[in-house]
Amino acid sequence: MSAQPHPGARAASPPLRIAGRTFTSRLLLGTGGFTRMETLGDAIDASQTELVTVAMRRIDATAEGSLLDVIRDRGVDVLPNTAGCFTARDAVLTAQLAREALGTDWVKLEVIGDERTLLPDAPELLLAAEQLVDEGFVVLPYTNDDPVLARRLEDVGCAAVMPLGSPIGSGQGIANPANLTLIVEGAGVPVILDAGVGTASDAALAMELGCDAVLCASAISRATDPVAMAHAVRHGVLAGVLARDAGRIARRTHARASSPLAGLPEFAE
Amino acid sequence: MIFVNGEPVATAARPTIRDVLVERGIDPDTAGIAVAVDAEVARRGVWQTRTLDDGAHVEIVRAVQGG
Repeated sequence: MSAQPHPGARAASPPLRIAGRTFTSRLLLGTGGFTRMETLGDAIDASQTELVTVAMRRIDATAEGSLLDVIRDRGVDVLPNTAGCFTARDAVLTAQLAREALGTDWVKLEVIGDERTLLPDAPELLLAAEQLVDEGFVVLPYTNDDPVLARRLEDVGCAAVMPLGSPIGSGQGIANPANLTLIVEGAGVPVILDAGVGTASDAALAMELGCDAVLCASAISRATDPVAMAHAVRHGVLAGVLARDAGRIARRTHARASSPLAGLPEFAE
Repeated sequence: MIFVNGEPVATAARPTIRDVLVERGIDPDTAGIAVAVDAEVARRGVWQTRTLDDGAHVEIVRAVQGG
């Protein structure tokens, strides 16, 4: 879903590139929360994503083994996460297991510091990121909307940074657009908005603020119609990129007439 | 006695990782699974030969739906 700018528009944003790989889509899809595999598959298609996240959990011999089949049937790649890990040690080991299980050295690194908010634990996150980069992983860390932490994660070699808009699954959108803008301004790696998206307009805003991509899970999987919402969020991302490239007007305190004042007829009393 | 995914399991003396998988009804050739023994990854290539000491903690994982 590359954004095709209107002729005469400013230069289009370059395509998303992470660790040397170029993506056509700027939407990553989380697979959590879909109640049916068929719906997940249809949402993958509707989103036109190229990368979907999975979690690593203890095997249940009775469970159907269709998740990876669905993902591969739809022709997209898998991005394992370390969701549920509260320490750098556990996150590193989970990433190592994911690499062994799935044959990818890409990892969405999550190190959670608090069960109620699911907010990242900054010191553990940085420690885990450094270790995984040293072990050759392509590390995409889920991080707070903290410009300093984002820079530190980039400094240790992360391939992208994934600041939250608001807590995971909250649907609150982008709580601190100013911080997100600071992260975008300071980043030398792609910025992927992760967590908090509630609907398509949140994804559009992320792109208008300069993000390179959006990761969306619950907003799609828990929508009344997940496939329709996948379609909507895809278009939200696309609209946001196009609007950013088009160059929005500056905000003004007062009105500015869009119709000319000259030539206004004067009507008789 | 070893521990598999948190559950105590009575086993023959020094089973291999492969033995443990088969005992649980898991085909060791299944794609997309990984094993850790005592908090270290055990690569697929050693499943047939690596034996487990009494009290070993084995974690067998796979990909599931997640954010």
